[in-house]
Amino acid sequence: MPITMPWFTKSRNLNPESPINGTESSFAKPVSDQDVSNTPPLIALRGITKRFGDLIANNDINLDIYGGEVHAVLGENGAGKSTLMKVIYGVNQPEEGTIQFRGRDVQIQSPRDSRDLGIGMVFQNFALIPALTVAENVALFLPDQGMVLSRSVITQQIQAISERYNLQVSPSARVRDITMGERQKVELIKLIMAKAKVLILDEPTSVLAPHEVDGLFEVFNELRRDGYAILFITHKIPEVLTSSDRITVLRHGSVVSTGAQRGITGDDLVSMMMGIELEAVSPRARIQSDIEYDSKKISYQREAIGSGVRAAIEFKDVWTTIEDDPRGLHGVTFKVMPGEMLGVAAISGNGQQELGETLLGMVKRKSGTILIEGEDIKGWSVSSILESGVSYISEDPISMAMVPDMRVDENLVLGELDNYNNGGVWLDLGGIRERITNALKTFPLQLAPHYMPVNQLSGGNVQRVILAREIELTRHARTTPKVLMAYYPTRGLDVITAEATRKLILEYRDRGGAIILISEDLEELLSLSNNIMVMFQGNIVGEFPTEAASIQEIGMLMTGTNK
Amino acid sequence: MQSSASLQLVQDFTFKVYERPIARSILAVFFAFAVFGIFIAIIGRDPVEIYTKMFNGTLGSKVGLSEVGVRMIPFVLAALAASIPARVGLINVGGEGQLYIGAWASTGVAIYSDIPTIWLMLPAMAIAGFIGGAIWAGLAIALRHFRNVNEVITTLLSNYVAILFVNVFVFGAWKNPAGFGYPYTSNFEVQAVLPTIFDTRLHMGLVLPVVGIIATYMFLSRTRWGANMRAVGGNPDAARRRGIPVLRYIIIAMLIGGGLAGLAGMSEVSGIQHHLRPGISNNLGFMGFLASWMANHNPIAIIGTCFLIAIIVVGGDVLQFSGNLPSAAMLILIGLVLFSVLGFRKLERKTE
Repeated sequence: MPITMPWFTKSRNLNPESPINGTESSFAKPVSDQDVSNTPPLIALRGITKRFGDLIANNDINLDIYGGEVHAVLGENGAGKSTLMKVIYGVNQPEEGTIQFRGRDVQIQSPRDSRDLGIGMVFQNFALIPALTVAENVALFLPDQGMVLSRSVITQQIQAISERYNLQVSPSARVRDITMGERQKVELIKLIMAKAKVLILDEPTSVLAPHEVDGLFEVFNELRRDGYAILFITHKIPEVLTSSDRITVLRHGSVVSTGAQRGITGDDLVSMMMGIELEAVSPRARIQSDIEYDSKKISYQREAIGSGVRAAIEFKDVWTTIEDDPRGLHGVTFKVMPGEMLGVAAISGNGQQELGETLLGMVKRKSGTILIEGEDIKGWSVSSILESGVSYISEDPISMAMVPDMRVDENLVLGELDNYNNGGVWLDLGGIRERITNALKTFPLQLAPHYMPVNQLSGGNVQRVILAREIELTRHARTTPKVLMAYYPTRGLDVITAEATRKLILEYRDRGGAIILISEDLEELLSLSNNIMVMFQGNIVGEFPTEAASIQEIGMLMTGTNK
Repeated sequence: MQSSASLQLVQDFTFKVYERPIARSILAVFFAFAVFGIFIAIIGRDPVEIYTKMFNGTLGSKVGLSEVGVRMIPFVLAALAASIPARVGLINVGGEGQLYIGAWASTGVAIYSDIPTIWLMLPAMAIAGFIGGAIWAGLAIALRHFRNVNEVITTLLSNYVAILFVNVFVFGAWKNPAGFGYPYTSNFEVQAVLPTIFDTRLHMGLVLPVVGIIATYMFLSRTRWGANMRAVGGNPDAARRRGIPVLRYIIIAMLIGGGLAGLAGMSEVSGIQHHLRPGISNNLGFMGFLASWMANHNPIAIIGTCFLIAIIVVGGDVLQFSGNLPSAAMLILIGLVLFSVLGFRKLERKTE
């Protein structure tokens, strides 16, 4: 019996005049729910169970994925989202359960099998070769290539797909020179050219700036129109609500709920994800009340500033590159008073990375001065800068500030053994562990066991270790809080832990610490900071008190579009 | 049912053994010997006879055992010379050259100083050997730091420079005038010779690797400097951001490594050769390098890998004398052992 394949006919029906991005302002959903439910599912998972040792990552999961739908998979860290996607893509083999593709049972033993079926996946850290061009990367991925690379054909195909789906990239650009957003587009082009019909994306928005996220969702729209099934992982609820047709919520490896997006609210999703009824007061509101309390403190502090308190940290006309080079700092000047938080809003790669690296001396300044409590840090070693009270939650802790092979406890005291060892020659591991345990008694976040190597921890658990080290241990091991440079402090954390982390940061500030907060979450920046500073191509393009800031205005400044 | 239960037991046991790194390494060694046995059979010899001779000649007699010990002294020191720099992420392929320079420096002290007693002479030679090897390794670090030249290249190539450097002296200024034109220095006075023990060729240089192993182990695992050194090797960027003086640790690790290779050279000229000549080291530095990589740079495991390589090398000599196999054949066996130990090593995968 021939199976009807509506997605297939739909995709044949390419309409070159169909409106591309720009002519349509909002995310219209051309495929109705009715349409979706009438077609048989492209992929049907039945009773999928995947274990890693004792851990049940996926437990008896049933899931249908239809052509022409955008399907969001939502869940906390460790809910089993990535594992499930890897099961579909053939990276993980489930212990139990079956996968049906277009109505018949299939065995997906490897990504090769899933690619043959027409399933493609975009991983969080893309699988591109930086030294090659976009066209070459695409060509490498395509099956059935002749011996000789036909550059012009590939380039034409890339351009056609770019136009059709609003995936603008230059085929001749080298991947190492293009942005993360563009790399993501290359990955999608690769999959489309390889005739994938099911596109799986693992946290696709985590690498994107706000305006790029909107662009990605428009791409989803175009793809949906042509019958592609899009399956994406996220833990950001607003994205789910704006972009998806159907939502599946996972918790502890099981499906909590799966269904149409229509009629579901963000609060519903949060309580499903967390498995609790939210308290009457939402976390955001609780933070707001803190801010009201703090505003009194701030006015007090402003008085104090008037009476001659020195800035905890000050950048004076700091340059790290020449003017032509868009990466690096171009005459950056700002200061943060004790008890104050400065939020830095910038799209990745516009100089915010260099703030912390320049402060620490990892990036050399060409000119300008940095002052900590009025003292010029010129010529200071990294350890004396840290010793003066600087804490640094780096952008990518596991590669920048931790030794992956070393255990949790060793990483908690990394570089600080002199402080813990009382100058002795022999390592007193028992004593060190005791001191860590004591110091972390009141720390609200649960850390992984001290003997675990950090490269075996999930992203959220790594983040907890770095938070414990930089916020809590530094206070005890060194001096009173002074300067905290916090990059994406809540990245990778679940809702509740993220909230606890924000509280920790506020406490640090209230104890007199000066904080420079760099976050990709504009709402977080606005709800926590006293002042907002916007950077674009290494310049400060806007600076205002939080009360005077709007997300729209910040967004314009970040993308450099207000000129 | 009975049989499936016992099969399960066997499977469990095999699995457990296979999960242990030491068991895997031993399995790998047996595998290599088996493959080499097939090779012997193919060239028409009897592998059982060959292996019997090899082990009788090494482990089966006092002389054989002592020869294994004699070989292990420079092997262990040269292996440490590779393993300590490896801890900070450096690859020191220059053990051979550092050994030659160490031998040269200690020979200089032995021949041209008038130190009268053995108690002063031997330490002076050891210090000279250590400093010589350290300076030679330091050149590679200086090039790496100031000119950004990879230390693998510089240490490897400086081996050949070191050998030629030594030749300049033994063919020239240091040549023994009473040596019938042979490129040897004059023989060491008795106070410059490491005394032998147990009536064999085994000599007091044995102290050096023993102390070296214990000190390295204690330093790396029990001191805060060792912990910092491991941090530098594990992630130099993170170490730098946490205020650990990375460059200082890199320099120290390389200098200690070079120094230990220099000590190997000192023990060879003072304990075995009693003069300096070309070719004092028959690839001792490279063998140590292999031993260190086979041991995953673990100072305790180095004892085992050096013991194994010493057995193969000495066994090769025995077979050569008895006319069974050319000793070069043993290089094949060493290569097989290296590859299979590395191949059997469990891949460390990141978990989710």
